[in-house]
Amino acid sequence: MFHIFCPYCDERREEEEFHPNGQAHLVRPADPDSVSDEAWGDYLFFRDNPRGIHHEMWVHRLGCRKFFNITRDTTTYEILETYPMGEQPTITAETARVRHEQGVQTADGGWQTVGARPENSTLNEETPS
Amino acid sequence: MSEAGSETNVSRVAVFDTHPVEPIDAESPLAWSRQRGLVDAAGGSGQVRAVERPFLGHLILRGGAITLDEAVRAELGINLPGKPLGLNLDADGSRSVQWLSPDEWLVIVPGGEEFELENRLRERLGDAHFAIVNVSGGQTLVELSGEKAREVLMKSVTYDVHSHGLPVGKAVGTVFAKTSVNLRRPSEDRFELVVRRSFADYCVRWLRDAGREYGVSVESPTS
Repeated sequence: MFHIFCPYCDERREEEEFHPNGQAHLVRPADPDSVSDEAWGDYLFFRDNPRGIHHEMWVHRLGCRKFFNITRDTTTYEILETYPMGEQPTITAETARVRHEQGVQTADGGWQTVGARPENSTLNEETPS
Repeated sequence: MSEAGSETNVSRVAVFDTHPVEPIDAESPLAWSRQRGLVDAAGGSGQVRAVERPFLGHLILRGGAITLDEAVRAELGINLPGKPLGLNLDADGSRSVQWLSPDEWLVIVPGGEEFELENRLRERLGDAHFAIVNVSGGQTLVELSGEKAREVLMKSVTYDVHSHGLPVGKAVGTVFAKTSVNLRRPSEDRFELVVRRSFADYCVRWLRDAGREYGVSVESPTS
């Protein structure tokens, strides 16, 4: 039992009222008909599973019933910030301090997901901290 | 059932008076509880008193705060709560507007007024981007009063129901027992629970259990 700050209700609420809804900031390809199968599959099925900072969508299910975003640390379960939909996080894995402390693994090369291209083994290796 | 549609700009919206012209028997959401002997006679003597207020008019308003505020102020004489978790009432407390989410408000008026109010609001809002839904049949209001009302709530909701957490004029959507509730504080000595119709019986059973040590009476005016 802990409290989560709802940016719409503007106060801390019991965790019981909330529900997680997966990775945040997924951008749907603008033109699904012309996108490659690989990129579409990446958008549809592949999600980040980082060690460290993760941005997630949560819903205040039994309160205002609005979706919002949480920046959460997957190793300590610490919630670093919550912010409304449409806004960008102020704490990211690229934040230098966070990257140094956590040895965060992030996707690059335009791919949303770490390991989306298994043939590229370097993407699957951990970034040294 | 009479159907009405304004000529102007709401013709694409089907509105519908849920009150038939000829009065017919209606059952409050606590009808089943009454049948099971869970509703007491009026005027209970316990330290907690739960009184259902059935058949009120509940409307959900959705849309932009500014346009809705103008319309509600003109038609109802109540300001739309601008801040989160606000609850505004009229002078005698029989009509209220509650903040539900940034673009959603719950209006509760005496039963029978809701259809006329909905039509007047539609007329006034015109082409604005809004939605009005009559949810009167889907939920009911239970008033909780008595000196131990807060103690009963403390066992039932996770929210801080002390006066510093839930002052007069505040309303929160939260967890009650294991179901959802809109918990409102219209005055110092009274709480209001807006519960789902299908969960009304469950909530009453929970209240009876939670209030047993203080002496609790559950009343519904039609009983």
